[in-house]
Amino acid sequence: MAMIEQLTQLKKEVVAKVTAAENVKQLNEVRVAYLGKKGPITDLLKGMGKLPAEERPKMGALVNEVRAEVQQIHDVRKAELEEKAIQEQLEKEAIDVTLPGRSVNVGNAHPLTRVIEEIEDLFISMGYEVAEGPEVEKDYYNFEALNLPKGHPARDMQDTFYISEEILMRTHTSPVQARTMEKKQGASFKIICPGKVFRRDNDDATHSHQFTQIEGLVVGENIRMSDLKGTLDIFAKKMFGEDREIRLRPSFFPFTEPSVEMDISCFKCGGEGCNVCKHTGWIEILGAGMVHPNVLSMAGYDPKKVSGFAFGMGPERIAMLKYGVDDIRHFYTNDVRFLSQFHRIEE
Amino acid sequence: MLVSLKWLSQYVDLQGLEPEVLAEKITRSGIEVEGVHHLSQGLKKLMVGQIKEIKKHPDSDHLNICQVDFGEEELSQIVCGAPNVAEGQKIVAVRPNGYVSGKKIKKGKLRGEVSNGMICSLQELGIEGKVVPKKYADGIYVLPDDTPIGMDAIEALGLDDVVLELGLTPNRSDAMSMLGVAYEVAAILSEDVKLPETSHKAATEKAEDVLKVRVEAPTINPMYTAKVVKNVKIAESPLWLQQRLMAAGVRPLNNVVDITNYILMEYGQPLHAFDYDALGTGEIVVRLAKEGEPMTTLDGQDRVLNAKNLVITNGKEPVAVAGVMGGLDSEVTEKTTTVVIESAYFDGLSVRYTAKDLGLRSEASARYEKGIDPNRIIPAAERAAQLLTELAGGEVLSGSVVFDELDKTPSKVIVSPDFVNARLGMKISLNEMVSILNRLKFDVETANGRLYIDAPTRRQDIKIEEDIVEEIARLYGYDEIPATVPVSEAKAGGLNSYQAKRRIVRHQLQGSGLYQALTYSLTSDELSQKYALETAPTTRLLMPMSEERSTLRQSILPHLIESVTYNVSRQQDSVALYEIGSVFLGKTEEGLPKEEEHLAAVMTGDWLNNAWQGEQKKVDFFVLKGILEALFAKLDLTDRVKYETAVVDGLHPGRTANIILDGTRIGFLGQLHPAQQKANGIKETYVMELNLEAVLAAPIDPLVYVPVPRFPSVSRDIALIVDRTTKAADIEAIIHKAGGKLLKDVHVFDLYEGEKMEKGKKSVAFTLTYFTPERTLTDDEVVAAHDKVVAALTESGAELR
Ligand SMILES: [Zn+2]
Repeated sequence: MAMIEQLTQLKKEVVAKVTAAENVKQLNEVRVAYLGKKGPITDLLKGMGKLPAEERPKMGALVNEVRAEVQQIHDVRKAELEEKAIQEQLEKEAIDVTLPGRSVNVGNAHPLTRVIEEIEDLFISMGYEVAEGPEVEKDYYNFEALNLPKGHPARDMQDTFYISEEILMRTHTSPVQARTMEKKQGASFKIICPGKVFRRDNDDATHSHQFTQIEGLVVGENIRMSDLKGTLDIFAKKMFGEDREIRLRPSFFPFTEPSVEMDISCFKCGGEGCNVCKHTGWIEILGAGMVHPNVLSMAGYDPKKVSGFAFGMGPERIAMLKYGVDDIRHFYTNDVRFLSQFHRIEE
Repeated sequence: MLVSLKWLSQYVDLQGLEPEVLAEKITRSGIEVEGVHHLSQGLKKLMVGQIKEIKKHPDSDHLNICQVDFGEEELSQIVCGAPNVAEGQKIVAVRPNGYVSGKKIKKGKLRGEVSNGMICSLQELGIEGKVVPKKYADGIYVLPDDTPIGMDAIEALGLDDVVLELGLTPNRSDAMSMLGVAYEVAAILSEDVKLPETSHKAATEKAEDVLKVRVEAPTINPMYTAKVVKNVKIAESPLWLQQRLMAAGVRPLNNVVDITNYILMEYGQPLHAFDYDALGTGEIVVRLAKEGEPMTTLDGQDRVLNAKNLVITNGKEPVAVAGVMGGLDSEVTEKTTTVVIESAYFDGLSVRYTAKDLGLRSEASARYEKGIDPNRIIPAAERAAQLLTELAGGEVLSGSVVFDELDKTPSKVIVSPDFVNARLGMKISLNEMVSILNRLKFDVETANGRLYIDAPTRRQDIKIEEDIVEEIARLYGYDEIPATVPVSEAKAGGLNSYQAKRRIVRHQLQGSGLYQALTYSLTSDELSQKYALETAPTTRLLMPMSEERSTLRQSILPHLIESVTYNVSRQQDSVALYEIGSVFLGKTEEGLPKEEEHLAAVMTGDWLNNAWQGEQKKVDFFVLKGILEALFAKLDLTDRVKYETAVVDGLHPGRTANIILDGTRIGFLGQLHPAQQKANGIKETYVMELNLEAVLAAPIDPLVYVPVPRFPSVSRDIALIVDRTTKAADIEAIIHKAGGKLLKDVHVFDLYEGEKMEKGKKSVAFTLTYFTPERTLTDDEVVAAHDKVVAALTESGAELR
């Protein structure tokens, strides 16, 4: 029975070693040493040939039983150790999730572009095309075609940079309207014209010799002043909030008749009066009017048959009001600390 | 235009409206009221007193101790420092605990002497220094002798008044007069207008007998009238007249001049008063000046006239620049006894030209420029005569000396109510329209359902149907116009292809980390062509305001680089900006500069900075090039764009490339030359500028799906030692050519130029990818293709590593 004892002894030994193994590698060594082809259990099986034939099956079964038992203890231990190894690795891999993420370089549009694009898109959704024209213009398109003949007192309203007697830096985007009408040759159309304009002004907190404008023009049969009012109402609500009200005040532009200025109810105080609206409850946003018949006929339209409306506004003013910018020069100095503030979206 | 409500109420009943309410009504119906000024604001406890006794202050050489009678039991002692203070004067004083300019004046001591209040100057009462009569400009104001002692001085000075400040648009020249404003307000309030008194006594002697008028330039002076007033006593104007003028922003001078200014304000008709004796010839001849003709104007300036300036002469020499300014020699002075009052019509354009030419813009010229009412020329002169008899004791000679070829007929407008309603999108009845026009005092008749309107000549802006539309709309109220949208065929709006692509370019660049900048189109002559992609004759302003903004740019980069400097000098060391804008090159057939839209970018500082991870990378050439490559990929131009070593003025000669699209140079990129960096106070900076129009004009292929590969590709690396000057692009070209159809992709994966390399050599390594969509490639096929590549490279002189 020496073999049985040997077997029991062996089992004890293996169990002790399996239990003692601290990691999968040590456990593997134990497995190879005891359960491997050169291990003592295999030796025992090999040594069975020396046993009497009637003992062999019993002994064989016993060895196999021990072997299976040892194998199972080994497997359990292995699972435990693997689990432990994973835990250790996870602990080692833990990071401080509060550290900053890897930054991605992202820039953004200029605030004036942001305003202009918002206006463009709004009018595009109402069927307008975007029209553009040169920054250097002929006196004809900038003034004469807009009912501002040479010597007209209203030319004083816009101090002009002349390049020659007939060529100038455009003082408004209205020449694009004149050019578009000429090109459309009598057809009806809706356009919105953004662009840079120039006036003889010293640059300070509220003046800039270069600034931007965006104008709209609708020409067609039966265009009414009520259409202008309705269009501006949609614009004001989309741009400044659904609860905005608009009001029209009489004004004067040589290229429109009647001419009006549009105020919106103050978006900051809702009309109660605050410093944004200078305590009036209203903020002046744009000038507009019905296209002057002289302007239509100079561009080849018959003012008896077609009519139109036009409106124009300053993106600088809108951006200053909307975002509370206090100095127009910010738009042209390109301070990154200014520009980067216009990155995020708004409701 | 400053409108005193006290003055205005002489012509129209203001219905006791609060000034602010009236102002709002005026603004909403036509003329913007920019300010409502309560003249008595900040004033309290002001009283008229009389100085009974004056003695020198013992401790001061400029202070006086005055005993002032306020009609109370005792005299009141007030210390006064004004140089013009004198016994017997009726003065304005603020009493103890009263206010001037909103400041409380307490009973106190001045250098030890008790002072019960303060004797006031007009400036202290809130009147602008420039309108205070010169006599009182540097001292206290002295009231007329008949002013009652103890009277409320605010009332005595007419400061119990409110002045509306009107912002007039150029079309509303009619409102440059009190009467014009009265008509406007009367229309708003549905009131009548009460015209001023013009009737006066006249002498038997006729004006024609002492004065001849001849006009030699009738087209620009179609009407000239003159009245002659004898025995005029030049004096200070009565207080009420001075008050009116000061409230209107005009400085009182003497009764004759004040009357002409008063009429200017009342009627909007400029008048000029000549000293008849100083004219010396009994004759007035209106003509164009001779080229170079000299003259001294009222302000004492010697002027040189030209042949476009209209002048009033005495038949020999100019005595006034017509409609602009009088001459010094014929000025009304204290010695004047006989005055000639000119009331005339001068052409607006001519006055505008002369006023601009001489740099003399006056209240008179402003009114002529915008057009005066031809039907007020005579009444204004009569009103002046009336005031001269009343206030200057003058004797008016009968009649006027008149030259008159002026058309004074009102403009006729015929308009149908349907037209008005169609333009407005409203349904206003004919009767309502007539009623509005009546309120405006327009002559209107209706026939055949139409309105026949004679627009009064004071409203020079009313000429066409649309003007009537506006008059009706503004008085009916813009609030009443409904809100509709144009009824027209539905047409999709949108951006054109260029505009749409330009937005994509912007979004791509912003996504690549660049901020959009905006700089000026005008620059200095010096910077206008710096770094320019292409130069052409520059365009310069006729009269620049400064050299810095005198010339149109041909390159965007100089201003963008200035923006980098601006940021860097404010501790913003990493800057990445782009701008899309026009440059201006030479001239087109139309005579305008050729405007070409360019895209420029600048980058400096860190590109990558994850400090805590120990990663930091400065911007370099390849960062900017990578951004451009991604942009060109977006625009489907990858295979059509090439980069070539280039030399561009102001850029680093070894780090600059031209960008070639389909064989044409359309831009460049590179590092700013170290000398330029230094000059701009910035560190390593990379820049690029390209012709955006050329880039966006390139047609884009339709996007067609290519099947995702079903078979694997095979990669082979190859490392080469070549001359340092050999271009990677050239090696790539050799590989592509030799690799044949199976070679799908080549890219650099390693570059070594370090010390382990032989001098003048570098090592470049490429990954080559072989692939065919039809099947898995065999080893033999790959080896065969690759061997050809190796052979071609060896032949080119490259050494296999
Ligand atoms: Zn507000």
